Parts: sequence; structure tokens; C-alpha cells
Amino acid sequence: MSRSHDNHDRRGLTRRGFLANTGRATAAVLLGRFVTGCATTGVLAAPRRRLSVVDGRTIDLHIAETRLAVAGQSAVATTINGGIPGPEIRLREGQDVTLRVSNALDEDTSIHWHGLLVPPGMDGVPGVSFPGIPPATTFEYRFPVRQSGTYWYHSHSGFQEQTGIYGPIVIEPREPEPYNYQREFTIVLSDWTFENPHRVLANLKRYGGYYNFQRRTLANLADEPPGALANRFSWARMRMDATDIADVTGATYTFLMNGLSPDENWRGVFEPGERLRLRFINASAATYFDVRIPGLPMQVIQADGMPVVPVETDEFRLAIAETLDVLVEPTGAAHTIFAEAMDRSGHARGTLATDPHATAPVPGRRPRPLLTMADMGMDHSNMQGMDNGGAAGGDHGPAHQNTPSEEHSGMSGMDHSHASGMDEMAAACSENLDVVARHDGDGHGAGNAMVAETARSRISEPGVGLGQDGWRVLTYSQLRRATPGEDSQPVTRTIELHLTGNMERYMWSFDGEQYHRDMPDIVLHYGERVRFVLINDTMMAHPIHLHGMFFELDVGACERNPLKHTVNVQPAERTSFVVTAQEVGRWAFHCHILYHMEAGMFRVVEVRV
Amino acid sequence: MGLPLSHPLSHGGRHVPCRGGAGMRLPPHAFLASTAGAWLLALVCTFWSAPAFAQMGEPPFNHFMQFEELEYGFNDRDNPLSWDSTAWFGGDWNRVWLKVEGEAATVDPEVEGEAQLLYSRLIAPFWEFQVGVRGDLVAAEGQSTEGRGHLVFGVEGLAPYWFEVEPAVFISHRGDVSFRLRATYDLYITQRLIAHPSFETNIAVQTVPEFGVGAGFNDIDLGLRLGYQIAREFAPYIGVSWNQAFAETADLRRAAGRTASDLQGVAGLRFWF
Ligand SMILES: [Cu+2]
Repeated sequence: MSRSHDNHDRRGLTRRGFLANTGRATAAVLLGRFVTGCATTGVLAAPRRRLSVVDGRTIDLHIAETRLAVAGQSAVATTINGGIPGPEIRLREGQDVTLRVSNALDEDTSIHWHGLLVPPGMDGVPGVSFPGIPPATTFEYRFPVRQSGTYWYHSHSGFQEQTGIYGPIVIEPREPEPYNYQREFTIVLSDWTFENPHRVLANLKRYGGYYNFQRRTLANLADEPPGALANRFSWARMRMDATDIADVTGATYTFLMNGLSPDENWRGVFEPGERLRLRFINASAATYFDVRIPGLPMQVIQADGMPVVPVETDEFRLAIAETLDVLVEPTGAAHTIFAEAMDRSGHARGTLATDPHATAPVPGRRPRPLLTMADMGMDHSNMQGMDNGGAAGGDHGPAHQNTPSEEHSGMSGMDHSHASGMDEMAAACSENLDVVARHDGDGHGAGNAMVAETARSRISEPGVGLGQDGWRVLTYSQLRRATPGEDSQPVTRTIELHLTGNMERYMWSFDGEQYHRDMPDIVLHYGERVRFVLINDTMMAHPIHLHGMFFELDVGACERNPLKHTVNVQPAERTSFVVTAQEVGRWAFHCHILYHMEAGMFRVVEVRV
Repeated sequence: MGLPLSHPLSHGGRHVPCRGGAGMRLPPHAFLASTAGAWLLALVCTFWSAPAFAQMGEPPFNHFMQFEELEYGFNDRDNPLSWDSTAWFGGDWNRVWLKVEGEAATVDPEVEGEAQLLYSRLIAPFWEFQVGVRGDLVAAEGQSTEGRGHLVFGVEGLAPYWFEVEPAVFISHRGDVSFRLRATYDLYITQRLIAHPSFETNIAVQTVPEFGVGAGFNDIDLGLRLGYQIAREFAPYIGVSWNQAFAETADLRRAAGRTASDLQGVAGLRFWF
């Protein structure tokens, strides 16, 4: 039960990095469009080896354009207090905080406190919760700190999150936590591109496969198992690409751990025998990371800042915007933290070591996975099995029953009906997870290229490319809230939303309709409990984030369902969660793949009194 | 684009048999210059529109300009330089398309080409409907320049199995009706080495001798180009293209002293921005 924080280790070390000369003039500017990442001459701030820390009742954050070195190359970034990531904001549960954000950019900016329960005017989404922070002004965010755990913050303006405006938030709990560790490290994973993100999006709009250099080709046909050709034909017939695991890939991205490239190798130095708490944050714009520390089991203690019943695992997939806290007990002098991009096009890497210069072997990246027919919602045999395994066929209540018009309004009520035949206790608070949603005739229009015929829960699947390595991989189905929830109000309404997209034109949306300014809000009434059913019609995973409130992700555990602010919805998955509408205001609700959000996968949820 | 323009071009099958009358005379180089002008204009639009990215919640605006083919042909006759380019401007649902293609002989001062200006609307996940105008032009040194205009109705999109398909119906200002179907495919041999087979056929209802068009099935054009993507946007290629005329179209060609069949090697550049 005892622990001592390693704060002394972390504070007072906000010194600016040394000036480093990256040397080498280059005349490749003209080629820059085709060949990204040409180094230019300059004297640059080297990246910090440690996250800087800010704390106290009043915190100043200064947003500016900064030239700095990323992976040893000159880059122009938008930064908070001069570095990438921004400083770790260290708060204490129960305190009041004032965060003064000054904007030295020549465009508006904003900061959103991801996962924090704040008044709506402090949530920091331009056009939804406040007007934004104009150039040369300072905005004061003030709010009481009502929670504890690992969170993060980022710009919600344009592509500023991609170009560097993000950082960690750690909130110390009021009551001591029941964890035993001697030192902690915050580990911010992110993706960096030397391209202008506007161009990245434009490239994707012109050609959805622009950054995919891992397609199926004639040359790699031989590497695939027998039957691959038939499989290729069925994907081609659907005009879908089984290698479309990520839109923006290592072809343009450098993956960073606490701002450092794999070669720069972020290091966390500990004393032999110490137990460590690692606070993982996926602050990427568009990259899912599969994280493991080869040889070290990890005990998961918190997810999205919320305590869970500890569960041991060897690897976890961290969706964009999720956080996960784990405890590890290093056995050797050095261990590699290995975070592979989901499509295996690159990785971030760091080292935990007792000696600041030690390194551990870096594993090779696994081959890029292929989507399966199940990711298209076409796995009939499997579906059949699910149907039989599930209770009573026929009229599974929460399956796709509402009419297209209801669906498109996105907010009309629908009776919450439970899967029949299930254990009554479970039915009262959790759904039957075997429910198979069959899609009706509505294809959601030209903005949606694919419709999963059937969608089902995949919370017990680790996700594409995981689970075949002979080690444990965390799944949502393993998460249990540490303290049972007390909200026993019945769920009165279900809102079903389909995640939709058209990869050919890079359009992303809910229910086939891209967000636009005059789109009606999804309205919740204060105090009601609403079940959201998300059905992913696309072949891509989407990390869906609700601002302002935690939701109870339905893993079939009733009052132990974990609280989350972001949920990864796998391809052809039907996910559901329950929200208690207890925070009045307008809250953004969107896919946290930055480019998907910009392309229209965004809505506003409004809680009205 | 203000261009008077050309004829159902089939790569390598360029011939304009009987040119009568004393029409406008546009020297080939003037025609080439105006084509270049059209590209330049598109280019300017491209760069001018570059910063016009929308904020979230506002309709996006984008642009795309591609030379699918810009190539030199090796045959035993006129070694033509040919181009096939498209550009679009607009959002996800509505776009303006410009399609410019043509061919200039490098041995004789002879040019022919066409340009289409189209409004395009996304009507299904993989398909857009296009409507607009097309102008054709044939110019040769010392001869009158022939031009005609058309209304265009077409669709463009992706058929199952990833075939890019572009069928269109044309109605000329004189009421001649013709139909064209194009299909292309990107066959990835490696991540950057890409074979690009193409197919085109033209069918006309009426005979239009000035443009070498016979009634019925006109011709088939097959191409196979092998390109290497140095970058996504930039791929030099080599290949072959073969054009075979049929029926009355073949007769018109032969009457003009040409063969009904034309095979040539090509070398060129595919690029976009
Ligand atoms: Cu998404």
C-alpha cells in the first residue's frame, strides 16, 4: 500500500534541451514534395530527454510555432511551452486549477482536456463549447479537478494536434491508491509527419491508398497461404483492400515515444528492484499502437484514467486517445518498450533500464496483418454459430431494427429492449453480447461504401494482427471497474449510430452523413440513462470519443462495466455503452482519428436540462 | 476552356481523311499553345486553391490534376506525342472536371485533341455522374481546321474488381451520337512497379467523315504500360498501345492512306499533384 512518487526525479528538470547542430545543408527543398523529411541546416533545440512538468493552481501554457528537431531532422511544429509533447500537467484531485493558454500562432487555437470532467465552456472545442483562442490572446480555463488518473490534452483546432499540440495530464488521487510501486513514468506515444497535414488529407482525398506501401501485389502473392488468390478476388469484387489497416502510415510517419524517435530511444531509468507504474497515452493523430515489453508481464490497473480490477497481460492495443496504466516489475537491467503501429509500418520504442546507457534487444516488427471477411461483416459461418450460441433467435431487441429515418435523425428514441432469454440479472444492466445486428436495406447513401451485413460484439477479440503470437493480449472483455458502479437507474433509450465511410473519396461520417455546422445535435435529457449502440459498417477500426462524460462500456459485467472516454470499435463490430446524462452542455462526439474527424466523423451530443 | 477541339481520339489511330471546305485555319502550334494554356490555367487554379482547406464542419474543397499519360510513341509513321490529362476541383459530392487529351505528330505539323468540361456529382459510393461539354479539334498545316462540339453524359467510377470504368455518350452539335467506353486497371506487381492495362472502344451512330468516324463499331484501343512510382505522384513508364479500326471507320482510314491497325511502343510519364 505504500508508495513514493518519483516527483523529485521529474521536477525541476524542465531545462531546455541543448542546442544541437544538425549540420548538413541540403538543396532538396524542391524535392520536398516527393521526398519528405529532408534535413535543413540549422541550429536546433534537441528534443528533451524527459517530459517537463508543470503543476500548481495556475499553469501557463504557451502555444507557438517552433522550429525543433524531430528524429534528428529540422521540423516546424506547433508546440506547447516549446516542446513535443507539451509539458506534463500534474494536478491533484480536489484542487481548482487555472490554465492560461496563450496563443502566439497566426491562427486560432484551443486546448481540450481529454477525459477531464469540466464545465462545457472549459472543454475547448471551437464551435461547440467555446469560440476558440484567437491569435495573440490568452484564454483562461478554470475548473475544479474532480477525478484522478492519467489523461492528456490536445488542440481541437485544425491539424494542430498532428503538428505537436498535445501533452499528458496526471492527476494524483485524494485518497491513496492500492498500488505498490516505487517509480512512475508517463509514456506518450505519438506520430509525426514532416508533411503538412493539410497535404496528408488532400493526398488521402485523391487516393485513399496513398500511404499504403504494404498492399497485396503479384510479388507477394507467393508469401500468402493457399487460397489467397480466391481471397484476393473476393476483396477485389467488394472494391475493398484487405491491407487497409491504417490510412496514414510509417510511409510518412515517424513514431515517437515522449517525443523521441526509435533511434533516439527514450529511457526511463530505475533502481534495481523497483516496481514501476507506466502511464501510457496514445496521443497520435492516426496511429493505433500495439504495446509490449518483451519478457515483462504488465499488470493493467487503470484504463482511460479509471481504476480497473488488475489484470495481467503481455501486450495491449492502445487506440488513439486511450490511456492505460500498468505496473511492471523489471527483472533485468534493461527492457525495451516496443509499440508497433497496428499496420506494422513502423514502431515507437523506448527503454527501461537501471543504467542510463543500457539498451535491450529491439524485436522485429511482425508482418502486416490482413483484414478478414469477418472485418467485412461477412463471416456467415461464424455468425451462424453466434446466433445459435446466443439466446432466442428472431427478435433480438437491440439488433438493427429501427427505421432508416430514425437512424438518420440519430437521436430519436427507440425502446430499449433486451435480448431475450438471457439471465435476468444480466439483462437488466448489460446486453446480450451475442447479439448479431443484421443490417437493413439502408446503405447510408453514397457517403458509405460498405455495409457490414452483420455486426457483432468483438470486445473479446484483441483485434486484427494480434493474438497469434503465443502471449496474452488484453481485450476489453477483461476490463472490470475496480469499484462497482452505483447508478441503478434503468436505461430508457437506445440511440443507434452507424460508423460509415467511403474510402475511395476519404469521406467519413455517422450514418452516412458528414458533419456540417447546421447538423442537429444528438439530444439527451439531463439525468437519463441512454444506451448508445455503435455499428461499424466500415472495415477500419475507429476510436470513438465522447467529451464531457464517461460512459460504461458494456462488456457484459453490469455494474462492473468499465468507464471509458474512448472506445475502439473494430470493423463490423457492434459495440454498446451506456451514458448517464449528468453533465449539461454540448459535447463533441467523434472519431479520434484526426483525419476521419476532419472528414466528417463528428457529431455533437447535447445534454439538456 | 475556350478550346475548339478534336475527335474521338484513339491513341495511335490519328487520321483525318477528307477535309473539305474552307474553314478556320488554326496552325497546329497555336492549338498546342492553347492546350498548354488550358493546363496552365488548371495549374494556377490548383495552386490558388491549395490553401482553401475548410475547417471541420464546412464543406471541403480539393483539387486534383493528373497526367495519366504524357508520352512519346514509336511507330513507323509519325511518332506522336500524346497526352491524356484530367483535373478536378471541388468537394466530396460536387466537382468540376476538366479532361484534356490529344496527340501531335512529331514528323508533320498535325495536331488533334479534345477537351471536356464537366460537372460531376457523386451518385453512389463508387460512382459519379458527369454532364458537360466536349470540344474536338483537328488541325494540320495548310488545311482547314475542323472542330465540333458535343454534349456529354457519362459516369465514372470503380467497378467490382477495381476496374476504373468511364462510359460516356456524346451528342455533337450536328446531332451525331457516339458512345465511348474506357476501362483501366492498376496491377501492382510490387509496391511501386505497376502495370496499367487500358481498354477503350468507340461506337458511332452516324458517319462523320471529317473526323474519320464511321457508323457502327469504330475501333478498339488496348494499352499496357508499366510504370515505376518513384513517388505516388510520379511514375515514368514504358509500354505498348495497339489500335484496331473496324468496318466503315477502317475503310475511312484506308481511304486516307492509313492502315486500320496501328501498333506502337510508348515511353512517358504519369504524374499528378
Ligand atoms: Cu474513424
